[in-house]
Order: sequence, then structure tokens, then C-alpha cells
Amino acid sequence: MVRPGPCQSNLPWNRGLWGLICLDELKSVYWAPVRRVAELAATFALVFVVYLILTAFSGEIGLWSREELIGGAVVSILVALASFRLLWERGGWRLLNPLRWVMFLVYLVGPFLLAMAKANLDVAYRVITGRINPGIVRFNPGLKTDAGRTLLANSITLTPGTLTLDVDDETGDFYVHWINVRQVDPKPEDVCGVFPHWVKVVAE
Amino acid sequence: MNILMYVFLAVGAVFNGLGAVALHRFPDVYTRLHGATKCTTFGSIFSILAVVVYGAARGGSVGTSMVIRAVLALVFLLLTNPTGSHALARAAHRAGIKPFRAVVDRLEEVGK
Repeated sequence: MVRPGPCQSNLPWNRGLWGLICLDELKSVYWAPVRRVAELAATFALVFVVYLILTAFSGEIGLWSREELIGGAVVSILVALASFRLLWERGGWRLLNPLRWVMFLVYLVGPFLLAMAKANLDVAYRVITGRINPGIVRFNPGLKTDAGRTLLANSITLTPGTLTLDVDDETGDFYVHWINVRQVDPKPEDVCGVFPHWVKVVAE
Repeated sequence: MNILMYVFLAVGAVFNGLGAVALHRFPDVYTRLHGATKCTTFGSIFSILAVVVYGAARGGSVGTSMVIRAVLALVFLLLTNPTGSHALARAAHRAGIKPFRAVVDRLEEVGK
């Protein structure tokens, strides 16, 4: 039997339930059945909450009508059954920590929005002048979890001038189409600035 | 409030327009994706912000549900837009479309 190992990280947000248990322990075989059920329940809860927010102010039970509550529950169960095995692979649990949500919001309204605005003006300039120097570059930001890679890939794609083409599942290499190649072999900072640093804080 | 709303709408329209111009000016599928998906995302953020301002000014349950739904639409836009453009670009590359005048193509080199 595999015993739960020691905690890999001492950062407070790598420990679940506000620091009481180590999230890495949940990975072990020991916890597999418990984990399956918990994964399904958490997926259902997340989907249902989003549905409830979307249909607020529709009726009298709280803010919702009976039809919306029943319909939402059915849809949420179906979506949860279809997606719960994919959602929590490689570090998904860490995203349930409220501290990460705060960091994510800070990241979103701070460095991300700033970079997006700057990059939009840059692409607007290139649209008008037609000055481009495109190419596909490769770099490795050293991210391990699916959530971290997705967050960085989407951040890169959303800032104009860079577009994530592929991420290597094993090595974590990013292949990015860059509209204005400055270095043929760039470091992560050259392409996407402070993003990798923030993504590590938010998702890893 | 009205002025703020019109400013947001104007900025949104300008960036959405730039996205349309980019479709004509850029030479290949990848660079066009840059313009068409991202200028329009940035433009749509401002259009949605205009709806949020309108809903907030209107108030009541109708206004509040407008704000909530507009913000959710923004969240889903920010989630699905990069995913979609990534899928388009990756599919294009897998179908063998070479990036125009590329300085370097690392993805081609590893043969994926």
C-alpha cells in the first residue's frame, strides 16, 4: 500500500482546507475511491453554482424558479459525469483554495489587463502599418500542472501578438506563434513578460 | 453614466473594427487569427462593460440580472476565445499550413 508522502511544498496555498491537510496526499492510491466521489461532487457543485448565477432572479424559491433548479441540477449532473475525470488531473484540487482566487483576481486586473491593453495597441499599430515579423518559437516556462499550463497558454493567446499553438504534455514546452519575433530562442520572459511568475503563484 | 457607456461602446467599436481590418491586411491564417480573435475580444470586453454600466444605472432585479449575466458572458468569452483560437491555429498547423514569411518554425522541426 502506498503511504501518503510528505508535503512537496511549504507554500500555504499548497495545503488544503486552510493548511490542515497536505493536498499532495490526495494523489496517493490510498485515497482513490474517496477522491473519485469527491471529484464528482466538486464538479457538480461548481457547474451548479455557475448555473444558479446565470439564472438568478428567475422566481420565488430564493431567487430561482422551481423549473430552473430542477433543470440546472439535471444539466449539472450530466456535465459533471462527462467531465470530472478530466478536470482534476495533475493538480486541479489546488484551485479550490480561496487564496488562489484572490491572487487570480489580482493577476487579472493588474499585470494581465495592463499587458493586454499594451499588446492590443501594439497589434493595432501592426494592423495599420503592416509591419510584421512572424515565426513560431519554443520555450519552457517550467509549469507542471494542467491548470497552470492552461492559464498561461490562455493568457498568452489573449494578449495579442502571441498565440499558443501547442503545449508538449510531457516536457511542458510551449510552441507560440509570435507576430514580431525578436529572438529566435527566447526565454519565457521575452515572450510573455511576468506571466509565468504569476501563473506559478496562482495555479502551482 | 451615459457618457461612460458611450465611451465604452466607442472603444469597443474601434477595436472590433480593427479586428475586421486585420482580417484584410494580414497575410496568413495565423496572423489573421491574432487580429480577428484578439482585437475583437478586447473590443467585446468594452461592449460588455457598457452593458454592465447600463444595468447598474438601471438597477432593480432586471438591472442586476443584466449585470450578472454580462459579467458571466465576459468570463466565458475570456475562457473560450483563447481556447478556440488555439484550436484553430493548431488544426491549421497540423493540416500543413506554413506560417507566412516565418523567421523560425520550431513546431515544424519537432514534427508534430
